[in-house]
Amino acid sequence: MSEQLTTFSFNNKNQETALQILKRYPEARKQSAVMPLLDLAQRQNDNWLSRDVVEYVANYLEMPFIRVWEVVTFYSMYYTKYNGKYLVQVCGTTPCWLRGSDQVAKACKEMISPEQNTLSKDGLFSWMQVECLGACVNAPLVQINDDYYEDLTYDTTVNILQSLIDGKKIEVGSQSGRKSSKAVS
Amino acid sequence: MLKEKDKIFTNLFGEEPWSLQSALKRGDWDNTKSLIQKGRDWIIDEMKKSELRGRGGAGFPTGLKWSFMPKDPNLNNYLVVNADESEPGTCKDRDMIRNEPHKLIEGCLLASFAMNAHHCYIYIRGEYFNEAVVLQKAIEEAYEAGLVGKNAAKSGWDFDIYVHRGAGAYICGEETALLESLEGKKGQPRLKPPFPANKGLYGSPTTVNNVETISVVPAILKRGGEWFSSFGRPKNTGTKVFCISGHVNKPCNIEEEMSIPLKELIEKHAGGVTGGWDNLKAIIPGGSSVPLIPKETCDTVLMDFDSLSEVKSGLGTAAVIVMDKSTDLVQAIARLSHFYKHESCGQCTPCREGTGWMWRMMEKIGKGNASSSDIDKLLDVTKQIEGHTICALGDAAAWPIQGLFRHFRDEIEEQLIKKTRAA
Repeated sequence: MSEQLTTFSFNNKNQETALQILKRYPEARKQSAVMPLLDLAQRQNDNWLSRDVVEYVANYLEMPFIRVWEVVTFYSMYYTKYNGKYLVQVCGTTPCWLRGSDQVAKACKEMISPEQNTLSKDGLFSWMQVECLGACVNAPLVQINDDYYEDLTYDTTVNILQSLIDGKKIEVGSQSGRKSSKAVS
Repeated sequence: MLKEKDKIFTNLFGEEPWSLQSALKRGDWDNTKSLIQKGRDWIIDEMKKSELRGRGGAGFPTGLKWSFMPKDPNLNNYLVVNADESEPGTCKDRDMIRNEPHKLIEGCLLASFAMNAHHCYIYIRGEYFNEAVVLQKAIEEAYEAGLVGKNAAKSGWDFDIYVHRGAGAYICGEETALLESLEGKKGQPRLKPPFPANKGLYGSPTTVNNVETISVVPAILKRGGEWFSSFGRPKNTGTKVFCISGHVNKPCNIEEEMSIPLKELIEKHAGGVTGGWDNLKAIIPGGSSVPLIPKETCDTVLMDFDSLSEVKSGLGTAAVIVMDKSTDLVQAIARLSHFYKHESCGQCTPCREGTGWMWRMMEKIGKGNASSSDIDKLLDVTKQIEGHTICALGDAAAWPIQGLFRHFRDEIEEQLIKKTRAA
């Protein structure tokens, strides 16, 4: 785990959001808020959780640090290191693999880094292979931060990554031009 | 083929907005109050008549499940909706949430009333961020319109509904792991009994239902249980959203009648198998956890619980993963073994150690670096895992491997011999 020197606390907007989140659960059960609060903290902290961020959430919920740390390490969407501005998650489970996810991973290897979980030279992004993202009829696909890019090929993947480098906007969703999960006509 | 007028999810593909205004035009929230006024027993009875079986994979009769909930008004019952859709091949709940959220919310109110619950949590997988945003906005719309909240839909029933996002753990689709996660812990399944209907969320009676199960409730109650049960075969009734992925010309989600022949489903809706039906090798008919079936079985099998269980597979989540003759089946299943290894929660030794071992053995076989006795050993290990773990993840990891060798062992052994000779 990398160390971060600054001490973390929720900004004003997130203080407000955190209170809203707590209201969803019975007062005596505020531990239930640990996942949404970790997510909130992670979003405020460049999409990763350093030790002091986790400590802050533990104190906020009056939970022992180790209970929060268990949650952080159990779930795959909490990151204990910085992954760049864009985290590209390539689904490689069978439905995606059958439709060419290896080609999508190849594009990531060439354009981001030969190894997973490694920052690109410009520090803009990193990529990792993940398990089923749950959009299998739009395979193969990647998730970049919060958004899905679907029906990919090697070329469209390259195009998306290049657009990120160039700071150009890309359409979220299917890259083959079809509407959601409807069969192409 | 299911007629347009009988489809429940008329906006499955999001061709219309998901908003309340648009949903009202599709008939959502139509006279919800009158359904509630007919009373709890009427609702549960209608659900039993519909013969709806849970759409999350296990296929347990929904009406019966609801009837297990204690009726004591002093208890704090909960409805929890399982939107942790992560079974490889499955992506139906995603479309229902992002394009038809009001069907789900209305269903939550009706189901909660029927089960004496004033609170409902929808646990949605963390990766579905945009879907969770839509769902949250739809819930806010429903609150503003008085459809949920105090005196929900003017029914006299107070009802609160919340979204809880997961954070990337397949195991949280197992209902007790989901409850643990909702309580702010690692998602590790609980020992049963006690079952959630007695001690679930925060120790209170809880029913966990899949998104599709709850989303079809309003249609069943409005059109009648008998309308729903007129589709499909007895005990396998209703309409169903199928997800067709893999080697087909037009992969898609589609709502169809239960018990539709598998071949018809693929040819009518997914543009057929790539290279034609005769180019088919095998199909996983119900999400990654069910054993694959070879082409000869696919020729005639019906897509329902009982028909697929007769051929030693299962309907599961009705996620159809099609594999044509170009597929390296050992690799396809090894990839699933890797999935289960990654997703094992680590609580039970047979699963924690076994999923990794099975994956390594599958890779070994894939590389041609194995013998017939290795396959015997692997199958023996699958039997040691199956049935020996707290939850069904161990079974789910074992079954795809058993299915593979049940149907293709001779072919795989032949390839192993060829590779050995070549070496």
